[in-house]
Amino acid sequence: MGKCDALVIGGSAGSLDVLLKVLPLLDPALSFPVVIVIHRKHGTDSLLPELLSGRTPLKVKEVDEKEPILPGVIYIAPSDYHTLIEQDHTFSLDYSEKINYSRPAIDATFQTAAEVYGEKLVCLLLSGSNADGVNGLKSVNIWGGIAMIQDPATAQVAYMPEQAALHAKIDYTLRIEDMAEFINLLS
Amino acid sequence: MNLELPLITDGQVEILLTDLLEHYGYDFTGYSKASIKRRILRLYSLDKALSFAEFRYRINNDTFYFKRFVEQITVNVTEMFRDPLFFKTLREVVLPKLGTYPFIRIWLAGCSTGEEAYSISIILKELNLLHKSLIYATDLNPIVLEKASQGMFAMSQMKQYSENYILSGGVNDFSSYYTANYSLAKFNDELKSKLIFSTHNLVSDHSFNEFQLILCRNVLIYFDRDLQHKVLSLFDDSLEGLGYLALGTKETLDFSPISPNYKRIPAEKIWRKVS
Repeated sequence: MGKCDALVIGGSAGSLDVLLKVLPLLDPALSFPVVIVIHRKHGTDSLLPELLSGRTPLKVKEVDEKEPILPGVIYIAPSDYHTLIEQDHTFSLDYSEKINYSRPAIDATFQTAAEVYGEKLVCLLLSGSNADGVNGLKSVNIWGGIAMIQDPATAQVAYMPEQAALHAKIDYTLRIEDMAEFINLLS
Repeated sequence: MNLELPLITDGQVEILLTDLLEHYGYDFTGYSKASIKRRILRLYSLDKALSFAEFRYRINNDTFYFKRFVEQITVNVTEMFRDPLFFKTLREVVLPKLGTYPFIRIWLAGCSTGEEAYSISIILKELNLLHKSLIYATDLNPIVLEKASQGMFAMSQMKQYSENYILSGGVNDFSSYYTANYSLAKFNDELKSKLIFSTHNLVSDHSFNEFQLILCRNVLIYFDRDLQHKVLSLFDDSLEGLGYLALGTKETLDFSPISPNYKRIPAEKIWRKVS
């Protein structure tokens, strides 16, 4: 398996449960950053990083704009902004129109990450009830990265990974119980 | 499966930004690259450009299209009373302090279509300070200022804005501030009476007055660090001692050279100039 420079995970309805199962099992010495983009209601800002940081050996923090992206850190996209990835491996934030009724939009992060990390990018799309992330996975295909989805059979809401499977080339379909091991092996 | 190659490269984005600077004097070279590239790609697709060459030619030779280009590559998404708790702090802490001055000058930089300007007007009116205030609302983009000066916003937004207003500490009937006109809500002229809309480009224009409060929310996120520092210095030059500077939820003064002169209001992105 090729070396991974960044893992980006996107999800919507039903994805938080997956994260709560997978993040505790991640290798504390992970050699790449993990960026998580989860749809949620604006105003519940700092709750998600707090909730997740108690559940994993890795450092968890909310994305700050212009922040360098470092290995071994789990970054959470803030609510009500799009999180973009710059060529110099820093984050920038954007308050432009919602995409797929969503801000943060998974597409925005997947697409910008795809251009920056190319073949060294791994993207994972989880459970959800809209098609955000699907165009992003198509960009991952174009730039040669690895596109993965949660096995729709294990998803609380299968629509999002199903749409991805219909419209993008999926390299791996993962069950929840296999995700952590798979991610650790990317290191 | 339909996989197309990206339409515009990073190098082509640089070419367009250089053109804009040379032909029109608009300097976007200090903008965050990922964001501006997405905006340009969005417009390229939206307007169904035939090729990069055609797109570039149009921007450089068609003044109307150039204006559209500038309007579209800058982000003009805004709301009334966005982040209600921020406006609550303005209402309860900042503006009452400024109310002790004989005259209040406020600069709203990057005002876009004006939703925040009218929000501030409403609070000033409720605090009985509007009569002795002036709000300079500026943006680099003349098209959005034209819209801002009309004071008309989509009726469909009013439910959300009314909720924001109440969360921000407003106690009046929000609908008393506008009259419904089909799909538009027209805000009362009184709210406009102390608003001055004018073009100002934070990248290239200088300080034009001294203020007791400068608000610039969700503009700096589009600038690279160097440009952020430059603009924050411009604000510092334009702010009186003990004046306030307000930034967006995810923006900070922390890494800027001017930060030692400022003291933050806890839990808010508002700083007071203390020296």
